[in-house]
Amino acid sequence: MGPLIELDGLEVRFGYRRILQGLSGSFSGQAIGLLGPNGAGKTTLIHTLLGLVAPSAGTARFGGFDIRRQSRQLKAATGYMPENDAYIASMTGVGFVRLMAELAGLPPEAAMERAHEALFYVGLGEARYRRLGTYSTGMKQMVKLAQAIAHGPRLLVLDEPTNGLDPPARERMIKLIRQIRASGQARLLISSHLLRDVEETCDQVLILKEGRIAAFCDLDEERRTHRRWVELEARGAVPAFFEELRRFALEVSWMPNGRGRLTLPDGLGTRPLYEAAARHNVQLVRVSYKRDSLEELFFRAMETPDGDS
Amino acid sequence: MAIHKKTYACYAGPLTPEWSRFLVPARYAFEELRARRFFSLFLLGTLLCPILCALVIYLRYNVAALKALQLDAGRWVPIDEGFFLFFLGFQSMLSFFVVAIAGPGLVAADLAHGALPLYLTRPLTRRGYVLGKMAVLAVLISLITWVPGLLLFALQWSLEGAAWAARYGRIAFALLAGSWVWIVVLSLIVLAISAWVRWKPLAGAVLFLVFFLGGALGNASNELLRTHWGQLLNLSHLIGTVWVRLFGRPAEPGAGAVFFRVQARGGQTPEWAVWGMLIAVCLLSLALLNRKLRAVEAVR
Repeated sequence: MGPLIELDGLEVRFGYRRILQGLSGSFSGQAIGLLGPNGAGKTTLIHTLLGLVAPSAGTARFGGFDIRRQSRQLKAATGYMPENDAYIASMTGVGFVRLMAELAGLPPEAAMERAHEALFYVGLGEARYRRLGTYSTGMKQMVKLAQAIAHGPRLLVLDEPTNGLDPPARERMIKLIRQIRASGQARLLISSHLLRDVEETCDQVLILKEGRIAAFCDLDEERRTHRRWVELEARGAVPAFFEELRRFALEVSWMPNGRGRLTLPDGLGTRPLYEAAARHNVQLVRVSYKRDSLEELFFRAMETPDGDS
Repeated sequence: MAIHKKTYACYAGPLTPEWSRFLVPARYAFEELRARRFFSLFLLGTLLCPILCALVIYLRYNVAALKALQLDAGRWVPIDEGFFLFFLGFQSMLSFFVVAIAGPGLVAADLAHGALPLYLTRPLTRRGYVLGKMAVLAVLISLITWVPGLLLFALQWSLEGAAWAARYGRIAFALLAGSWVWIVVLSLIVLAISAWVRWKPLAGAVLFLVFFLGGALGNASNELLRTHWGQLLNLSHLIGTVWVRLFGRPAEPGAGAVFFRVQARGGQTPEWAVWGMLIAVCLLSLALLNRKLRAVEAVR
């Protein structure tokens, strides 16, 4: 799988303000999450990659297409779900999605067929003949997703896809994005403020801060790494128990109060830990894995001095 | 992606040619207009004048019918430049009302709830978008003005003979060129208004204001500054002057037809100034459209 995003000194200015400051790097992955605080440049980066904003310096490739020279091919291969409202109030759901599919190049019959399918896919099958002006916020989000996927693009850009959704609707949106990722047919770039959304839908994360890249990490790798870190608190024959743990754990450190930390080797589950506790008649008061890896990563990136990524 | 499977699948079928994409918004706009009964009826109503004109031309050459109806064809208006200039003026007035109904919603609907970025993230340029929207107005105005005009010209030619066509050949050109001047100017003004005024009734009102207030402003500035250049603010005068010249009629005050009449003596607003003003109006409308039709609003 080639890189999804290649940045080469990409810089975007609005007047005197530098929004993106010479971004460079090559980022691969099936689904890349774009994180950053407000004003970090996430949406500007998306707009630049889509060819909606012209870079003031440098260039980039998105999905293998040069954003300057292959803009039309790039647009034909991309589905975009914007952050803000994007609909025509007087049109029906199916009419609107069909229009967008036809603009992407589908013949009218194919566009009509896929508009129906996309609306059923996002759960708006029953509401597809209603005017968009009567849709709820959640339905409008879903119709934005439907128009983004109706023409079957191989690149999908989703800007804050769970904005304004209640918990059940958010769950549904996340499930749909995961299904699209699992299909392997489209590569995704997802921008979100919500770490949990990115963690649940992406393999890689690109963190922006003040128009610069603050961090890029492979979430799967991070998850694997953190899965191996175990913190525990034991009561009973603590010294003997921790000594036995040294037989299979890579690193073990513990304190007399029974609190300890160990690193498990790849492929080894936590079963030997419980077996050793049973053998030494040790009570495990607390066993925890580091689950908040992305949050830690994010805050670490935010603390990093500018450009020191 | 079959409904029952509910899985995501890329589209691998045939695509429409890229050059034809600008026609997609146009087609959808026509579908929306077709669903409006009042608009359809009004559009049908614009055919009344061409039908009447065709009847007049036909009767002039049908001796049996003239005798039966006891009519004297010699007392009827001659079929010449004046006849067709009146026809163009009357039909253009009707086309103005049609555009006032159809035009205001063309761009406003896409801007009202942020749909424009979705157009522009498809393989459709801003130029293609404007062209598509203009095509809607161009087709409507054409159906009311030069298309029936040329049909009437052809009818008269077939009844009167080639000598008449040779003598009045410039009428066909004047109908076509005069209509297209009107089409381009009116379409661009309406699209610019539609981009800036999102409430349709207000946008329609602004269109009337631009057309009629310009005349009032022109007259006022003429009175205040004791000049004739104020007429350059009067769209009626500008279009009327162009048409009168195209039809080869003298550019006297009052020449022209219906809304479109010359207001100042020929030479007081020279032809180059009239054309220059029309081009300036078009460029201003394009600049207003360019300002508003952006996928991304950059805060500088």
